[in-house]
Amino acid sequence: MPDKLPRERLRDPDARMRATWALFAVVVLWPLLLVAQFRPADLFDARNLAVMGGFAGQFFPPNLSGDFLALALKGTIETLAMATAGTALAVLLAAPLGLVLAHSLSISRIGPGPGRGAGEALRALARFALLLMRGIPEIVWALLLVRAFGLGPASGVLAIAFTYAGMLGKVYSEILESGDTRPARLLLESGSGRLMAFFYGLLPGAAQELTSYTVYRWECAVRASVIMGFVGAGGLGQLMDQSMKMLNGGEVSTLLIIFLLLVLLADALSVALRKSLS
Amino acid sequence: MSFELDRIGLVHGQGGQGQRALRAVSISAARGERLAIIGPSGAGKTSLLRILATSIRPTEGRVAVLGCNPWQLPGGELKRLRSRIGAIHQAPPIPPRQRAITAVIAGRLGQWPWWKSALSLIYPADIAGPRDQLARLDLADRLFDRCDRLSGGQLQRVGVARVLYQRPDLLLADEPVSAMDPALADLTVNQLHSEAASRGVTLVASLHAVDVALRWFPRVIGLRAGEIVFDLPAVKVSDGVLRDLYASETGMLPTQDNQPFASASDDSADGGGLKIVAPPRVI
Repeated sequence: MPDKLPRERLRDPDARMRATWALFAVVVLWPLLLVAQFRPADLFDARNLAVMGGFAGQFFPPNLSGDFLALALKGTIETLAMATAGTALAVLLAAPLGLVLAHSLSISRIGPGPGRGAGEALRALARFALLLMRGIPEIVWALLLVRAFGLGPASGVLAIAFTYAGMLGKVYSEILESGDTRPARLLLESGSGRLMAFFYGLLPGAAQELTSYTVYRWECAVRASVIMGFVGAGGLGQLMDQSMKMLNGGEVSTLLIIFLLLVLLADALSVALRKSLS
Repeated sequence: MSFELDRIGLVHGQGGQGQRALRAVSISAARGERLAIIGPSGAGKTSLLRILATSIRPTEGRVAVLGCNPWQLPGGELKRLRSRIGAIHQAPPIPPRQRAITAVIAGRLGQWPWWKSALSLIYPADIAGPRDQLARLDLADRLFDRCDRLSGGQLQRVGVARVLYQRPDLLLADEPVSAMDPALADLTVNQLHSEAASRGVTLVASLHAVDVALRWFPRVIGLRAGEIVFDLPAVKVSDGVLRDLYASETGMLPTQDNQPFASASDDSADGGGLKIVAPPRVI
Protein backbone atom coordinates (compact mmCIF):
# COMPACT_ATOMS: atom_id res chain seq x y z
CA MET A 1 0.00 0.00 0.00
CA PRO A 2 1.34 3.42 -0.84
CA ASP A 3 1.43 6.10 1.81
CA LYS A 4 -1.70 8.12 2.32
CA LEU A 5 -1.76 11.04 -0.04
CA PRO A 6 -2.00 14.43 1.64
CA ARG A 7 -5.69 15.36 1.77
CA GLU A 8 -5.42 18.87 0.36
CA ARG A 9 -3.98 17.56 -2.93
CA LEU A 10 -7.15 15.62 -3.77
CA ARG A 11 -8.99 18.51 -5.36
CA ASP A 12 -10.64 18.85 -8.74
CA PRO A 13 -8.18 21.10 -10.56
CA ASP A 14 -10.93 22.45 -12.83
CA ALA A 15 -13.20 23.63 -10.02
CA ARG A 16 -11.72 27.11 -9.81
CA MET A 17 -12.12 27.67 -13.55
CA ARG A 18 -15.76 26.56 -13.43
CA ALA A 19 -16.54 28.84 -10.51
CA THR A 20 -14.91 31.76 -12.32
CA TRP A 21 -17.01 31.20 -15.44
CA ALA A 22 -20.20 30.89 -13.39
CA LEU A 23 -19.44 34.16 -11.61
CA PHE A 24 -18.60 35.80 -14.92
CA ALA A 25 -21.96 34.71 -16.37
CA VAL A 26 -23.85 36.26 -13.46
CA VAL A 27 -21.84 39.49 -13.63
CA VAL A 28 -22.56 39.82 -17.36
CA LEU A 29 -26.20 38.74 -17.25
CA TRP A 30 -27.36 40.93 -14.36
CA PRO A 31 -26.76 44.31 -16.02
CA LEU A 32 -28.30 42.92 -19.23
CA LEU A 33 -31.51 42.14 -17.36
CA LEU A 34 -31.49 45.67 -15.94
CA VAL A 35 -31.02 47.16 -19.40
CA ALA A 36 -33.92 45.06 -20.67
CA GLN A 37 -36.10 46.49 -17.87
CA PHE A 38 -36.79 43.00 -16.63
CA ARG A 39 -38.92 43.41 -13.49
CA PRO A 40 -40.71 40.11 -12.85
CA ALA A 41 -42.68 41.62 -9.94
CA ASP A 42 -44.67 43.75 -12.42
CA LEU A 43 -46.21 40.58 -13.77
CA PHE A 44 -48.01 40.01 -10.48
CA ASP A 45 -49.04 43.61 -9.79
CA ALA A 46 -52.80 43.64 -9.11
CA ARG A 47 -53.55 46.46 -11.57
CA ASN A 48 -51.56 44.81 -14.36
CA LEU A 49 -53.21 41.48 -13.67
CA ALA A 50 -56.64 43.11 -14.05
CA VAL A 51 -55.69 44.73 -17.38
CA MET A 52 -54.20 41.51 -18.70
CA GLY A 53 -57.20 39.55 -17.48
CA GLY A 54 -59.54 41.96 -19.27
CA PHE A 55 -57.62 41.55 -22.52
CA ALA A 56 -57.53 37.75 -22.23
CA GLY A 57 -61.22 37.72 -21.22
CA GLN A 58 -62.20 39.15 -24.59
CA PHE A 59 -60.83 35.97 -26.18
CA PHE A 60 -63.83 33.96 -24.96
CA PRO A 61 -65.74 32.57 -26.54
CA PRO A 62 -63.80 31.93 -29.78
CA ASN A 63 -65.60 33.09 -32.89
CA LEU A 64 -66.64 29.91 -34.67
CA SER A 65 -69.16 31.40 -37.12
CA GLY A 66 -69.12 29.90 -40.59
CA ASP A 67 -68.24 33.19 -42.27
CA PHE A 68 -65.19 33.73 -40.13
CA LEU A 69 -64.08 30.10 -40.32
CA ALA A 70 -64.23 30.26 -44.12
CA LEU A 71 -62.08 33.38 -43.99
CA ALA A 72 -59.71 31.69 -41.53
CA LEU A 73 -59.45 28.62 -43.76
CA LYS A 74 -58.47 30.74 -46.72
CA GLY A 75 -55.93 32.50 -44.51
CA THR A 76 -54.56 29.18 -43.26
CA ILE A 77 -54.05 27.90 -46.78
CA GLU A 78 -52.33 31.14 -47.73
CA THR A 79 -50.11 31.01 -44.66
CA LEU A 80 -49.19 27.37 -45.23
CA ALA A 81 -48.45 28.11 -48.87
CA MET A 82 -46.30 31.10 -47.91
CA ALA A 83 -44.37 29.16 -45.25
CA THR A 84 -43.91 26.08 -47.43
CA ALA A 85 -42.86 27.95 -50.55
CA GLY A 86 -40.56 30.18 -48.49
CA THR A 87 -38.92 27.24 -46.73
CA ALA A 88 -38.54 25.31 -49.99
CA LEU A 89 -36.80 28.27 -51.62
CA ALA A 90 -34.68 28.69 -48.49
CA VAL A 91 -33.57 25.04 -48.68
CA LEU A 92 -32.65 25.48 -52.36
CA LEU A 93 -30.51 28.49 -51.46
CA ALA A 94 -29.07 27.06 -48.24
CA ALA A 95 -28.11 23.54 -49.36
CA PRO A 96 -25.34 24.53 -51.79
CA LEU A 97 -24.04 27.21 -49.44
CA GLY A 98 -24.04 24.79 -46.51
CA LEU A 99 -22.13 22.23 -48.59
CA VAL A 100 -19.57 24.82 -49.61
CA LEU A 101 -19.14 25.90 -46.01
CA ALA A 102 -18.73 22.45 -44.43
CA HIS A 103 -15.07 21.80 -43.66
CA SER A 104 -15.75 18.09 -43.49
CA LEU A 105 -16.15 18.13 -47.29
CA SER A 106 -13.00 20.09 -48.02
CA ILE A 107 -10.62 18.28 -50.36
CA SER A 108 -7.89 20.89 -50.08
CA ARG A 109 -7.73 20.40 -46.30
CA ILE A 110 -6.41 16.87 -46.80
CA GLY A 111 -2.69 17.27 -46.67
CA PRO A 112 -3.27 20.25 -46.95
CA GLY A 113 -3.32 20.00 -50.72
CA PRO A 114 -3.61 22.43 -53.60
CA GLY A 115 -6.45 24.95 -53.86
CA ARG A 116 -6.53 25.73 -50.15
CA GLY A 117 -6.55 29.49 -50.65
CA ALA A 118 -9.29 29.41 -53.27
CA GLY A 119 -11.33 27.08 -51.07
CA GLU A 120 -11.06 29.33 -48.05
CA ALA A 121 -11.96 32.38 -50.15
CA LEU A 122 -15.07 30.64 -51.49
CA ARG A 123 -15.98 29.59 -47.97
CA ALA A 124 -15.61 33.16 -46.69
CA LEU A 125 -17.85 34.37 -49.51
CA ALA A 126 -20.53 31.78 -48.71
CA ARG A 127 -20.30 32.64 -45.02
CA PHE A 128 -20.80 36.33 -45.83
CA ALA A 129 -23.78 35.60 -48.07
CA LEU A 130 -25.45 33.60 -45.30
CA LEU A 131 -24.66 36.29 -42.75
CA LEU A 132 -26.20 38.96 -44.94
CA MET A 133 -29.37 36.95 -45.51
CA ARG A 134 -30.03 36.13 -41.88
CA GLY A 135 -28.62 39.38 -40.50
CA ILE A 136 -31.54 41.31 -41.94
CA PRO A 137 -34.74 40.38 -40.06
CA GLU A 138 -37.50 38.86 -42.20
CA ILE A 139 -39.81 41.78 -41.40
CA VAL A 140 -37.32 44.19 -42.97
CA TRP A 141 -36.95 41.94 -46.01
CA ALA A 142 -40.76 41.90 -46.23
CA LEU A 143 -41.11 45.68 -45.97
CA LEU A 144 -38.44 46.00 -48.65
CA LEU A 145 -39.99 43.41 -50.96
CA VAL A 146 -43.56 44.66 -50.53
CA ARG A 147 -42.39 47.74 -52.39
CA ALA A 148 -41.31 45.60 -55.32
CA PHE A 149 -44.08 43.00 -55.42
CA GLY A 150 -46.92 44.97 -53.87
CA LEU A 151 -49.18 43.69 -51.12
CA GLY A 152 -49.68 39.91 -51.04
CA PRO A 153 -47.94 36.66 -50.20
CA ALA A 154 -45.14 36.91 -52.82
CA SER A 155 -43.07 39.32 -50.77
CA GLY A 156 -43.61 37.19 -47.66
CA VAL A 157 -42.39 34.10 -49.48
CA LEU A 158 -39.17 35.78 -50.56
CA ALA A 159 -38.62 37.39 -47.16
CA ILE A 160 -38.85 33.98 -45.51
CA ALA A 161 -36.67 32.43 -48.21
CA PHE A 162 -33.83 34.91 -47.67
CA THR A 163 -33.76 34.99 -43.88
CA TYR A 164 -34.27 31.26 -43.48
CA ALA A 165 -31.69 30.40 -46.12
CA GLY A 166 -29.22 32.28 -43.95
CA MET A 167 -30.17 30.28 -40.87
CA LEU A 168 -30.51 26.91 -42.63
CA GLY A 169 -27.18 27.23 -44.45
CA LYS A 170 -25.33 27.97 -41.24
CA VAL A 171 -26.93 25.12 -39.33
CA TYR A 172 -26.61 22.68 -42.27
CA SER A 173 -22.86 23.26 -42.39
CA GLU A 174 -22.62 22.80 -38.62
CA ILE A 175 -24.60 19.55 -38.75
CA LEU A 176 -22.31 18.30 -41.53
CA GLU A 177 -19.25 19.08 -39.43
CA SER A 178 -20.54 17.45 -36.25
CA GLY A 179 -21.20 13.74 -36.09
CA ASP A 180 -18.98 11.18 -37.79
CA THR A 181 -17.20 12.90 -40.66
CA ARG A 182 -14.69 10.09 -41.29
CA PRO A 183 -16.78 8.27 -43.91
CA ALA A 184 -16.77 11.38 -46.11
CA ARG A 185 -13.10 12.00 -45.50
CA LEU A 186 -12.32 8.42 -46.48
CA LEU A 187 -14.25 8.87 -49.73
CA LEU A 188 -12.46 12.14 -50.50
CA GLU A 189 -9.18 10.33 -49.86
CA SER A 190 -10.07 7.78 -52.51
CA GLY A 191 -10.71 10.42 -55.13
CA SER A 192 -14.43 11.07 -54.73
CA GLY A 193 -15.89 14.51 -55.44
CA ARG A 194 -17.41 16.70 -52.72
CA LEU A 195 -21.03 16.16 -53.69
CA MET A 196 -20.76 12.37 -53.83
CA ALA A 197 -18.74 12.30 -50.60
CA PHE A 198 -21.72 14.13 -49.08
CA PHE A 199 -24.30 11.73 -50.48
CA TYR A 200 -22.37 8.54 -49.70
CA GLY A 201 -20.48 9.59 -46.59
CA LEU A 202 -22.38 12.24 -44.66
CA LEU A 203 -26.04 12.12 -45.64
CA PRO A 204 -26.79 8.66 -44.19
CA GLY A 205 -25.70 9.88 -40.77
CA ALA A 206 -27.00 13.43 -41.00
CA ALA A 207 -30.32 12.98 -42.81
CA GLN A 208 -32.37 12.76 -39.64
CA GLU A 209 -30.94 15.89 -38.12
CA LEU A 210 -31.05 17.85 -41.38
CA THR A 211 -34.70 16.91 -41.84
CA SER A 212 -35.80 17.68 -38.33
CA TYR A 213 -34.10 21.06 -38.37
CA THR A 214 -35.67 21.88 -41.73
CA VAL A 215 -39.13 20.91 -40.47
CA TYR A 216 -38.56 23.02 -37.36
CA ARG A 217 -37.66 25.95 -39.59
CA TRP A 218 -40.88 25.35 -41.54
CA GLU A 219 -42.76 25.57 -38.25
CA CYS A 220 -40.99 28.85 -37.51
CA ALA A 221 -41.89 30.02 -41.02
CA VAL A 222 -45.58 29.42 -40.29
CA ARG A 223 -45.28 31.77 -37.30
CA ALA A 224 -43.12 34.23 -39.20
CA SER A 225 -45.68 34.41 -41.98
CA VAL A 226 -48.07 35.83 -39.37
CA ILE A 227 -45.75 38.75 -38.79
CA MET A 228 -45.50 39.16 -42.57
CA GLY A 229 -49.29 39.41 -42.56
CA PHE A 230 -49.08 42.44 -40.27
CA VAL A 231 -47.18 44.29 -42.98
CA GLY A 232 -49.66 43.28 -45.67
CA ALA A 233 -48.36 39.96 -46.94
CA GLY A 234 -51.75 38.24 -46.53
CA GLY A 235 -52.57 35.00 -44.78
CA LEU A 236 -53.57 34.42 -41.17
CA GLY A 237 -51.39 37.29 -40.05
CA GLN A 238 -53.39 39.82 -41.99
CA LEU A 239 -56.59 38.45 -40.47
CA MET A 240 -55.02 38.63 -37.02
CA ASP A 241 -53.97 42.21 -37.65
CA GLN A 242 -57.51 43.17 -38.63
CA SER A 243 -59.09 41.35 -35.67
CA MET A 244 -56.66 42.96 -33.24
CA LYS A 245 -57.32 46.40 -34.63
CA MET A 246 -61.07 45.86 -34.31
CA LEU A 247 -60.53 44.55 -30.76
CA ASN A 248 -62.37 41.37 -31.72
CA GLY A 249 -61.04 38.94 -29.10
CA GLY A 250 -63.18 36.00 -30.25
CA GLU A 251 -61.63 36.11 -33.70
CA VAL A 252 -58.12 36.43 -32.25
CA SER A 253 -58.62 33.34 -30.11
CA THR A 254 -59.92 31.33 -33.08
CA LEU A 255 -56.77 32.28 -34.97
CA LEU A 256 -54.58 31.37 -32.00
CA ILE A 257 -56.20 27.93 -31.84
CA ILE A 258 -55.44 27.47 -35.54
CA PHE A 259 -51.79 28.38 -34.88
CA LEU A 260 -51.61 25.85 -32.10
CA LEU A 261 -52.98 23.18 -34.43
CA LEU A 262 -50.45 24.12 -37.10
CA VAL A 263 -47.56 23.80 -34.64
CA LEU A 264 -48.93 20.42 -33.55
CA LEU A 265 -49.07 19.41 -37.20
CA ALA A 266 -45.46 20.47 -37.73
CA ASP A 267 -44.41 18.51 -34.68
CA ALA A 268 -46.20 15.36 -35.86
CA LEU A 269 -44.64 15.76 -39.29
CA SER A 270 -41.19 16.04 -37.76
CA VAL A 271 -41.68 12.94 -35.62
CA ALA A 272 -43.01 10.95 -38.60
CA LEU A 273 -40.12 12.01 -40.85
CA ARG A 274 -37.51 11.22 -38.23
CA LYS A 275 -39.05 7.83 -37.68
CA SER A 276 -39.08 7.01 -41.39
CA LEU A 277 -35.39 7.96 -41.65
CA SER A 278 -34.17 5.97 -38.67
CA MET B 1 8.41 1.78 -59.08
CA SER B 2 5.13 1.64 -57.20
CA PHE B 3 6.13 4.04 -54.47
CA GLU B 4 9.22 5.56 -52.97
CA LEU B 5 9.60 7.21 -49.58
CA ASP B 6 12.83 9.10 -49.14
CA ARG B 7 13.78 10.00 -45.56
CA ILE B 8 10.21 10.71 -44.54
CA GLY B 9 9.59 12.43 -41.22
CA LEU B 10 6.22 13.20 -39.72
CA VAL B 11 5.33 15.37 -36.75
CA HIS B 12 1.67 15.53 -35.82
CA GLY B 13 0.28 18.95 -35.00
CA GLN B 14 0.87 22.38 -36.45
CA GLY B 15 4.29 23.99 -36.81
CA GLY B 16 6.26 20.89 -35.91
CA GLN B 17 5.51 21.24 -32.20
CA GLY B 18 3.56 18.03 -31.69
CA GLN B 19 4.27 14.35 -31.33
CA ARG B 20 6.81 12.84 -33.69
CA ALA B 21 5.34 9.84 -35.51
CA LEU B 22 7.99 8.99 -38.11
CA ARG B 23 11.69 9.68 -38.45
CA ALA B 24 13.84 9.26 -41.57
CA VAL B 25 11.81 6.43 -43.05
CA SER B 26 12.95 5.30 -46.50
CA ILE B 27 11.16 2.52 -48.30
CA SER B 28 10.63 1.80 -51.94
CA ALA B 29 8.64 -0.92 -53.58
CA ALA B 30 8.49 -2.18 -57.12
CA ARG B 31 5.20 -2.78 -58.87
CA GLY B 32 3.62 -6.02 -57.72
CA GLU B 33 5.62 -6.28 -54.50
CA ARG B 34 3.82 -7.40 -51.35
CA LEU B 35 5.09 -6.19 -48.03
CA ALA B 36 3.96 -6.25 -44.43
CA ILE B 37 4.70 -3.64 -41.80
CA ILE B 38 4.88 -4.93 -38.23
CA GLY B 39 5.75 -3.30 -34.97
CA PRO B 40 4.39 -2.51 -31.52
CA SER B 41 1.39 -0.23 -31.01
CA GLY B 42 2.22 3.41 -31.64
CA ALA B 43 5.18 2.53 -33.87
CA GLY B 44 3.84 4.66 -36.72
CA LYS B 45 2.38 1.93 -38.93
CA THR B 46 -0.87 3.80 -39.55
CA SER B 47 0.94 7.11 -40.16
CA LEU B 48 3.13 5.44 -42.74
CA LEU B 49 0.14 4.00 -44.58
CA ARG B 50 -1.69 7.32 -44.46
CA ILE B 51 1.29 9.01 -46.09
CA LEU B 52 1.21 6.40 -48.85
CA ALA B 53 -2.55 6.98 -49.16
CA THR B 54 -1.84 10.72 -49.68
CA SER B 55 -4.13 11.52 -46.78
CA ILE B 56 -1.38 13.25 -44.80
CA ARG B 57 1.59 15.18 -46.02
CA PRO B 58 4.93 14.29 -44.42
CA THR B 59 6.73 17.00 -42.49
CA GLU B 60 10.07 16.07 -44.04
CA GLY B 61 11.27 14.01 -46.95
CA ARG B 62 10.04 13.16 -50.39
CA VAL B 63 7.13 10.95 -51.45
CA ALA B 64 6.49 9.43 -54.83
CA VAL B 65 3.39 7.33 -55.26
CA LEU B 66 2.55 5.61 -58.57
CA GLY B 67 5.16 7.70 -60.30
CA CYS B 68 4.34 11.17 -59.06
CA ASN B 69 4.80 13.41 -56.07
CA PRO B 70 1.22 13.84 -54.85
CA TRP B 71 1.91 17.17 -53.17
CA GLN B 72 3.10 18.79 -56.38
CA LEU B 73 0.07 17.79 -58.40
CA PRO B 74 -2.76 20.16 -59.25
CA GLY B 75 -6.11 19.37 -57.62
CA GLY B 76 -7.65 17.41 -60.47
CA GLU B 77 -4.68 15.13 -60.95
CA LEU B 78 -4.32 14.55 -57.21
CA LYS B 79 -7.95 13.43 -57.22
CA ARG B 80 -7.27 11.01 -60.07
CA LEU B 81 -4.19 9.69 -58.27
CA ARG B 82 -6.23 9.13 -55.12
CA SER B 83 -8.81 7.14 -57.06
CA ARG B 84 -5.98 4.74 -57.98
CA ILE B 85 -5.01 4.15 -54.33
CA GLY B 86 -7.19 1.90 -52.21
CA ALA B 87 -6.92 2.04 -48.42
CA ILE B 88 -8.45 -0.54 -46.11
CA HIS B 89 -8.97 0.74 -42.59
CA GLN B 90 -8.89 -1.15 -39.35
CA ALA B 91 -12.35 0.12 -38.36
CA PRO B 92 -13.79 1.13 -41.73
CA PRO B 93 -15.72 4.38 -41.35
CA ILE B 94 -18.93 3.38 -43.09
CA PRO B 95 -22.20 5.11 -42.15
CA PRO B 96 -24.22 2.63 -40.04
CA ARG B 97 -27.40 3.34 -41.99
CA GLN B 98 -25.80 2.53 -45.33
CA ARG B 99 -26.45 -0.77 -47.06
CA ALA B 100 -23.48 -3.03 -47.77
CA ILE B 101 -23.97 -2.69 -51.54
CA THR B 102 -23.87 1.11 -51.34
CA ALA B 103 -20.78 0.98 -49.15
CA VAL B 104 -19.04 -1.23 -51.72
CA ILE B 105 -20.18 0.89 -54.68
CA ALA B 106 -18.64 3.91 -52.93
CA GLY B 107 -15.26 2.42 -53.88
CA ARG B 108 -15.76 3.62 -57.45
CA LEU B 109 -16.94 7.17 -56.69
CA GLY B 110 -13.57 8.49 -57.81
CA GLN B 111 -13.87 6.71 -61.16
CA TRP B 112 -17.53 7.03 -62.04
CA PRO B 113 -19.04 10.21 -63.45
CA TRP B 114 -21.08 11.99 -60.78
CA TRP B 115 -24.44 11.23 -62.39
CA LYS B 116 -23.74 7.50 -62.29
CA SER B 117 -22.87 7.71 -58.59
CA ALA B 118 -25.96 9.83 -57.94
CA LEU B 119 -28.27 7.43 -59.79
CA SER B 120 -26.78 4.53 -57.84
CA LEU B 121 -28.26 6.02 -54.69
CA ILE B 122 -31.69 5.41 -56.22
CA TYR B 123 -30.92 2.14 -58.02
CA PRO B 124 -27.43 0.58 -57.95
CA ALA B 125 -25.76 0.91 -61.36
CA ASP B 126 -23.89 -2.32 -60.70
CA ILE B 127 -25.21 -5.12 -58.51
CA ALA B 128 -23.16 -8.07 -59.78
CA GLY B 129 -19.81 -6.33 -59.17
CA PRO B 130 -20.31 -5.61 -55.47
CA ARG B 131 -21.94 -9.05 -55.03
CA ASP B 132 -18.86 -10.76 -56.53
CA GLN B 133 -16.47 -8.86 -54.29
CA LEU B 134 -18.52 -9.65 -51.17
CA ALA B 135 -18.75 -13.28 -52.30
CA ARG B 136 -14.95 -13.50 -52.35
CA LEU B 137 -15.06 -12.66 -48.65
CA ASP B 138 -17.94 -15.04 -47.90
CA LEU B 139 -20.39 -12.20 -47.40
CA ALA B 140 -22.58 -12.34 -50.52
CA ASP B 141 -25.72 -12.99 -48.49
CA ARG B 142 -25.39 -9.62 -46.73
CA LEU B 143 -25.40 -7.59 -49.97
CA PHE B 144 -28.59 -5.66 -49.21
CA ASP B 145 -28.23 -5.57 -45.43
CA ARG B 146 -27.64 -2.35 -43.59
CA CYS B 147 -24.16 -2.00 -42.14
CA ASP B 148 -25.41 -1.51 -38.58
CA ARG B 149 -26.71 -5.10 -38.74
CA LEU B 150 -23.19 -6.44 -39.39
CA SER B 151 -20.65 -7.58 -36.84
CA GLY B 152 -17.25 -5.91 -36.53
CA GLY B 153 -15.57 -8.59 -38.61
CA GLN B 154 -18.28 -8.43 -41.28
CA LEU B 155 -18.00 -4.65 -41.46
CA GLN B 156 -14.26 -4.99 -41.85
CA ARG B 157 -14.87 -7.31 -44.80
CA VAL B 158 -17.29 -4.81 -46.36
CA GLY B 159 -14.43 -2.30 -46.15
CA VAL B 160 -12.13 -4.78 -47.88
CA ALA B 161 -14.76 -5.49 -50.54
CA ARG B 162 -15.08 -1.76 -51.24
CA VAL B 163 -11.36 -1.49 -51.94
CA LEU B 164 -11.36 -4.68 -54.04
CA TYR B 165 -14.23 -3.18 -56.03
CA GLN B 166 -12.24 0.05 -56.44
CA ARG B 167 -9.52 -2.00 -58.22
CA PRO B 168 -6.67 0.30 -57.14
CA ASP B 169 -3.11 0.24 -58.47
CA LEU B 170 -1.76 0.49 -54.93
CA LEU B 171 -3.48 -1.59 -52.27
CA LEU B 172 -2.95 -0.38 -48.68
CA ALA B 173 -4.34 -2.22 -45.68
CA ASP B 174 -4.15 -1.01 -42.09
CA GLU B 175 -4.76 -3.98 -39.78
CA PRO B 176 -7.22 -5.41 -42.31
CA VAL B 177 -8.13 -8.54 -40.35
CA SER B 178 -7.94 -7.36 -36.72
CA ALA B 179 -11.61 -8.09 -36.02
CA MET B 180 -11.79 -11.48 -37.75
CA ASP B 181 -11.31 -15.01 -36.53
CA PRO B 182 -8.23 -16.85 -37.89
CA ALA B 183 -10.13 -18.67 -40.66
CA LEU B 184 -11.75 -15.52 -42.03
CA ALA B 185 -8.52 -13.60 -41.57
CA ASP B 186 -6.74 -16.16 -43.73
CA LEU B 187 -9.49 -16.00 -46.33
CA THR B 188 -9.32 -12.20 -46.44
CA VAL B 189 -5.53 -11.98 -46.60
CA ASN B 190 -5.62 -14.66 -49.30
CA GLN B 191 -8.07 -12.57 -51.36
CA LEU B 192 -5.89 -9.48 -50.96
CA HIS B 193 -2.93 -11.45 -52.23
CA SER B 194 -4.78 -12.98 -55.14
CA GLU B 195 -6.07 -9.53 -56.12
CA ALA B 196 -2.54 -8.11 -55.95
CA ALA B 197 -1.12 -11.08 -57.85
CA SER B 198 -3.75 -11.26 -60.59
CA ARG B 199 -3.58 -7.57 -61.38
CA GLY B 200 0.10 -7.11 -60.61
CA VAL B 201 -0.45 -4.34 -58.10
CA THR B 202 1.49 -3.53 -54.96
CA LEU B 203 0.11 -4.57 -51.57
CA VAL B 204 1.23 -2.97 -48.31
CA ALA B 205 -0.37 -4.17 -45.09
CA SER B 206 0.27 -3.27 -41.50
CA LEU B 207 -0.33 -6.24 -39.24
CA HIS B 208 -0.41 -6.75 -35.54
CA ALA B 209 -0.07 -10.52 -35.79
CA VAL B 210 3.53 -11.44 -36.53
CA ASP B 211 2.68 -14.96 -37.67
CA VAL B 212 0.27 -13.68 -40.35
CA ALA B 213 2.91 -11.26 -41.63
CA LEU B 214 5.62 -13.92 -41.85
CA ARG B 215 3.35 -16.55 -43.33
CA TRP B 216 1.91 -14.42 -46.11
CA PHE B 217 4.29 -11.64 -47.03
CA PRO B 218 7.60 -12.10 -48.87
CA ARG B 219 8.96 -8.85 -47.44
CA VAL B 220 8.55 -7.63 -43.87
CA ILE B 221 9.41 -4.23 -42.44
CA GLY B 222 9.77 -3.74 -38.69
CA LEU B 223 8.85 -0.33 -37.37
CA ARG B 224 9.43 0.91 -33.84
CA ALA B 225 9.04 4.42 -32.42
CA GLY B 226 8.70 5.85 -35.93
CA GLU B 227 11.89 4.34 -37.26
CA ILE B 228 12.62 1.34 -39.45
CA VAL B 229 14.28 -1.39 -37.42
CA PHE B 230 14.57 -3.91 -40.23
CA ASP B 231 13.50 -4.39 -43.82
CA LEU B 232 14.05 -8.04 -44.70
CA PRO B 233 12.71 -10.88 -46.78
CA ALA B 234 10.39 -12.88 -44.53
CA VAL B 235 12.69 -15.89 -44.57
CA LYS B 236 15.47 -13.80 -43.05
CA VAL B 237 13.40 -12.37 -40.20
CA SER B 238 14.97 -14.15 -37.25
CA ASP B 239 13.57 -14.63 -33.81
CA GLY B 240 16.14 -12.31 -32.30
CA VAL B 241 15.14 -9.53 -34.66
CA LEU B 242 11.50 -9.93 -33.62
CA ARG B 243 12.30 -10.01 -29.89
CA ASP B 244 14.27 -6.82 -30.41
CA LEU B 245 11.36 -5.17 -32.25
CA TYR B 246 8.85 -5.90 -29.49
CA ALA B 247 11.34 -5.39 -26.67
CA SER B 248 9.14 -2.97 -24.81
CA GLU B 249 6.14 -5.29 -24.77
CA THR B 250 5.65 -8.48 -22.78
CA GLY B 251 7.77 -11.53 -23.51
CA MET B 252 5.24 -12.93 -25.99
CA LEU B 253 5.13 -11.94 -29.61
CA PRO B 254 1.70 -10.80 -30.79
CA THR B 255 0.06 -13.46 -32.93
CA GLN B 256 -3.26 -13.97 -34.64
CA ASP B 257 -5.04 -15.94 -31.93
CA ASN B 258 -2.61 -15.21 -29.11
CA GLN B 259 -1.01 -18.65 -29.40
CA PRO B 260 2.61 -18.63 -28.28
CA PHE B 261 4.94 -18.08 -31.17
CA ALA B 262 7.80 -20.52 -31.64
CA SER B 263 10.69 -18.78 -29.98
CA ALA B 264 14.37 -19.27 -29.23
CA SER B 265 13.84 -19.29 -25.50
CA ASP B 266 11.84 -22.50 -25.77
CA ASP B 267 13.94 -25.61 -25.47
CA SER B 268 12.59 -27.03 -28.66
CA ALA B 269 14.29 -29.99 -30.19
CA ASP B 270 14.50 -28.58 -33.68
CA GLY B 271 17.17 -26.05 -32.90
CA GLY B 272 14.99 -23.51 -31.12
CA GLY B 273 14.88 -21.32 -34.17
CA LEU B 274 11.91 -19.63 -35.66
CA LYS B 275 9.77 -21.87 -37.79
CA ILE B 276 8.83 -20.24 -41.03
CA VAL B 277 5.83 -21.94 -42.45
CA ALA B 278 5.72 -21.92 -46.21
CA PRO B 279 3.17 -19.38 -47.43
CA PRO B 280 -0.11 -20.99 -48.38
CA ARG B 281 -0.76 -21.11 -52.05
CA VAL B 282 -2.67 -18.13 -53.32
CA ILE B 283 -5.86 -19.33 -54.90
